[in-house]
Amino acid sequence: MALTLEQVEHIAALARLRLTAEEMARYREQLSAILDYMAKLRQLDTHTAAIEPTATVLPLRTVLRPDEVTPSLPPEELLANAPASEANMFRVPPVLE
Amino acid sequence: MSLADLTLSEAAALLREGKTSSLELTEACLARIDSLDPTLRAFLTTTPDLAHAAARAADKRIADWRHHSASDQPLHPLTGIPLAIKDVLCLKGTRTTAGSRILENFVAPYTATAVQRLLDAGVVILGKTNCDEFAMGSSTENSGYGVTHNPWDAARVPGGSSGGSAAAVAARMAFGALGTDTGGSIRQPASFCGIVGLKTSYGRVSRYGLIAYGSSLDSIGPLARTVADAALIFGAIAGHDPRDATSMPTPVPDVSLDSKDLEGVRVGVPKEYFITGVQKEVETAVRQAIRVLEALGAQAVEISLPHTEYALPAYYLIAPAEASANLARFDGVRYGPRADGADSLWDVYLDTRGERFGPEVKRRIMLGTYALSAGYYDAYYGQAQKVRTLIKRDFEEAFKSVDVIACPVAPTTAFKIGEKTGDPLAMYLEDVFTLPPSLAGICGLSVPCGFDRNRLPVGLQLLGPAFGEANVLRVGRAYEQATKWYKERPT
Repeated sequence: MALTLEQVEHIAALARLRLTAEEMARYREQLSAILDYMAKLRQLDTHTAAIEPTATVLPLRTVLRPDEVTPSLPPEELLANAPASEANMFRVPPVLE
Repeated sequence: MSLADLTLSEAAALLREGKTSSLELTEACLARIDSLDPTLRAFLTTTPDLAHAAARAADKRIADWRHHSASDQPLHPLTGIPLAIKDVLCLKGTRTTAGSRILENFVAPYTATAVQRLLDAGVVILGKTNCDEFAMGSSTENSGYGVTHNPWDAARVPGGSSGGSAAAVAARMAFGALGTDTGGSIRQPASFCGIVGLKTSYGRVSRYGLIAYGSSLDSIGPLARTVADAALIFGAIAGHDPRDATSMPTPVPDVSLDSKDLEGVRVGVPKEYFITGVQKEVETAVRQAIRVLEALGAQAVEISLPHTEYALPAYYLIAPAEASANLARFDGVRYGPRADGADSLWDVYLDTRGERFGPEVKRRIMLGTYALSAGYYDAYYGQAQKVRTLIKRDFEEAFKSVDVIACPVAPTTAFKIGEKTGDPLAMYLEDVFTLPPSLAGICGLSVPCGFDRNRLPVGLQLLGPAFGEANVLRVGRAYEQATKWYKERPT
């Protein structure tokens, strides 16, 4: 299944990746080849026997804990890795004009 | 012979007897790192100051224990042992990069549970090891910091993604290491470097503090030179952690490695793992290993895991889909460098991610984004999850009649650096025998089982059911005792 360049651009935008024209062309070719290979999965009938999807292999579902206050990491330590911060918050460029 | 040539278990015995010190063991490892790592490049960060301090503390602990005999406080078998940590696991106050340029200046504000449990046991951490970026790869060539070289042949890859950990242990720069395995990233580099690697069952070891790749698949485990050594590290890191909601409360059994015979053990040999495309010498070595298990009293039977060939396409949709969501957090806001000159939030995201992620990570994010996108979700991601159910059932069915499964770890021995970088699918095919167990969430051990004509190591993969590590380790230990491949070393 060949992806179009427009599809590749759309995926890159969804994934928030700035790609060069050369990267776009290369990923178009490589992803098309990989998706061709994935088509193999459609050989398997998962409908007739109504196969359930596996999202996790564990029997655990919503795991609850007692609602108790426990120490958290100090904000200044968590902000220490940020490229910009101010007043205990992460600083970013304006979102709205 | 250097102290660094000892196995972990041998070093631990000498520590207990007072015949060596943790400081001496640590110095021996650091000296190996100084002399070998400029060539092998297994470490991204070394922590000699932390290591010296930990070694002194361990020596004090051991001296106290010796003076008070074995009466009250037992001594942990890992106390004073120098180990290495894959750089996807957080160690507070230390740079943690996940092999990515997007985290090149990230200093972990907390310590991963698996690492903390080692520290609590008195382990000496030597440093953080190289890996494929965000653990995505099978050769360590996808690291943002350059490739690690295989100690058996520096022109070849060490495997991946835990290639730095595997090379460090094989070259005796550390007595053992932690790695992570999402689709084979402990087992395959262990196989390529001629050492032991244990992929723990999903949920057995807490993922708290592990930088996530595929959250339904990621597992943490040991790499070491013997099965006995790997079992000691496994015992230290396994067990429930309230900080990871997917960590199972299943008790961790005591691993008994004493039995030398395998009387009554049923070994399944899956016919789908002995196919064309497998290097002849790999098949020969693995078949020979199965004969050794039989000679030890095990009964080998051919089995079928019929959906094996669908594991690769299923994995390479599920793992990238999870990765595309997990890696959304790397956006130039909370950690890592931010792209220069971006003057809107949108540009911060696009430029930081575009500049800082490497080619394979971008490829998997794109693939995963596509598989999850409107109109394609059912055909790709949904179908892959259903196929995962079929693969899981294959193993459940098999383990009704066998105790362990024996097969190759990888279809080939270590390949040349650069040999597969141009063809992503060829690289993915390296994982063909490690992906099915990962999708099923079961455990698997890679044990050295011989060499090819170029004296490159071959690995035997021993698979057990979920939470069946004790039995897999017992079988692996009996095999290694009978064959002693672990005594072979790279020059």
